[in-house]
Amino acid sequence: MIKKLTVPSRGATVAAGALVVTLSFAAVAGAETFGFGTTPTEQEIAAVDIDVMPDGRGYPEGSGTVAQGKEVYASKCAACHGENMEGVKEAGGAALIGGRGSIGTPKTKKTVESYWPYASTLFDYVKRAMPFNEPGSMSNDEIYAVSAYILHKAKIIDANATMNAETMGKVEMPNKDGFIPDPRPDVFNYR
Amino acid sequence: MTKAKNPDLTYPDLSNYEIPEDKLAQIEGMRDAEKRALMARKAELEECECREGMFPNPMASRRSFFAGAAAAAAAAGSLPMVARAAAPPGAKEFEVPSDPTKVQGRLTNDDGGYGSRSQFEDEVRWRFPTKTKESSWTMTPLAAGMGMITPSGLHFERHHGGIPTINPASHSLIVHGMCDKPKKYSVADLKRFPSDSRINFIECSGNGLTEFKAPYLKTVQGTHGLTSTSEWTGVPLSTILDEVGVKPGAAWILAEGADAAVMTRSVPIDKAWSDAMIAYGQNGEALRPEQGYPIRLMLPGYEGNTHIKWLRRLEISDKPFQTREETSKYTDVVKDGKARQFSFTMEAKSVITFPSGEMKLPGPGFYEITGLAWSGRGRVKDVEVSTDGGKTWHLASLQGPILPICHTRFRFPWMWDGNPALIASRCIDETGYMQPTIASINEVRGVNGHPKFASIYHLNGIMAWAIGADGSVVNAVHKV
Repeated sequence: MIKKLTVPSRGATVAAGALVVTLSFAAVAGAETFGFGTTPTEQEIAAVDIDVMPDGRGYPEGSGTVAQGKEVYASKCAACHGENMEGVKEAGGAALIGGRGSIGTPKTKKTVESYWPYASTLFDYVKRAMPFNEPGSMSNDEIYAVSAYILHKAKIIDANATMNAETMGKVEMPNKDGFIPDPRPDVFNYR
Repeated sequence: MTKAKNPDLTYPDLSNYEIPEDKLAQIEGMRDAEKRALMARKAELEECECREGMFPNPMASRRSFFAGAAAAAAAAGSLPMVARAAAPPGAKEFEVPSDPTKVQGRLTNDDGGYGSRSQFEDEVRWRFPTKTKESSWTMTPLAAGMGMITPSGLHFERHHGGIPTINPASHSLIVHGMCDKPKKYSVADLKRFPSDSRINFIECSGNGLTEFKAPYLKTVQGTHGLTSTSEWTGVPLSTILDEVGVKPGAAWILAEGADAAVMTRSVPIDKAWSDAMIAYGQNGEALRPEQGYPIRLMLPGYEGNTHIKWLRRLEISDKPFQTREETSKYTDVVKDGKARQFSFTMEAKSVITFPSGEMKLPGPGFYEITGLAWSGRGRVKDVEVSTDGGKTWHLASLQGPILPICHTRFRFPWMWDGNPALIASRCIDETGYMQPTIASINEVRGVNGHPKFASIYHLNGIMAWAIGADGSVVNAVHKV
């Protein structure tokens, strides 16, 4: 029998109250739940758990070198991002390098090199969404390799570097300190 | 009678501005989309007797003219009675009888049991002409909107990898990470939980990106069309969090979609516990595919991108995941060169939808000014309207029900004396926050480190329209 009380929330203020009710009732009633759904297997979770975090959590097995990445880039990336990572406007592919130090100036140019604060985001995004015409098709080795090549062209790692779970987790990006939390409301004309 | 305004298809010259290339491309793209729509309307107006008045509807008049001519031809035996294919999107074309009281109408339920709109209604979303049609967006035709609900088929869109076709029978949501009992839910499982329905707006944080510095686009669809309101039905996320047993130390949840972009955003767990919802319903039926069918995340008041569509996974964690959409995109560079991140809340905003850009008032007299107001922080408390360029402000009446985090329709009766006028609205929400001028926003944030053009996201400043002595209405943003 379901004893759990769930109070639909109605906006942030009321919801905070609803939460208290829900938790205190749960505490009284014990750990009863509706119990719908099933327990996913480890394989089922692993199949979708593809994210990578800045502290290195989530990087998969595998590795790739700058030299290998050059090949991968030429065959899978250059058509949209340009031979020299300058971007191809007609294809909608963004520039990947350049613009370092430009953020906040009249010539602001946001690229992986100039703007992206974490190397993990590069691996994560390529794995989930690239290449555009065949998303999710690259092997982990290919993703490490092409990440290495992009980071090298961005003058962040050496030409002889190898990227893997350990080395990529230690890469520091030029704009790592470029972000601040949202301070809004920032225009104070309350009444 | 006055002749309807011939759409002026010239736009401000941007060559004097040093605009970052990516931003320039966006502005030019938006301009081209609007231009195409105005050109199409102009072409129809030229062959139509409906040029007079403030709501030119060339489609209706032209269609009835052609339909009538075709019917007459058919009656004379010169043309077979065949249905024409040229109905607007969402409509079907039918013969128009000269007197509907003299012939039986269409057969009951002959539409297969699902209705469509009139063949004389042709409002559509515009697509922003990005380089690919998979990663693109469309804008809601706000000027034609009524009340506060956006028809599901006109809800604005933003896709990063196209619209996936998902069979709900094979779709599942996996919830895992820092919890006691990871779970896999079918769509049917989710529908077994106690449900909730809420009417909320969703606004893209890029809404208005062309207008930071100067008037640019001509219509309210262009300047404000990235916001829409629906009734959303689903299961509160707090219910699911109770089910899986969130572990101490959990602070963020990654939400992930099943589209080709495998779209991801990190959500603060406080938001997940408060009013977040996993929605499967929209305006009384299942979500539209372009709105996330079969399930999407709802985070009322947060920027649209966080409302992950085609939701397939929620991972509970202690830290944000720093995905591409919360670092490279949807961040605002402010004047010290730093970029604001996790700017979730869409702040109080309003816009007059009538009269608005490219309309034409036929002459002095009574008009009901109307528009929409909304706030990501709660209810709209007041809307004020100015008809003298912001010198004086007057309370508008608000159409109930006034719901939190929801479009609210406002109305203001106005006698226009025929002189040029500058009309504007401002929203005050229940926190007391008053919609600021764009100048005051740019003063605080800077303009992407640039004195002329600003950032791209989170513009909620006051919008204004200028009414000329001839009744024409043009974009006058920044004039108030």
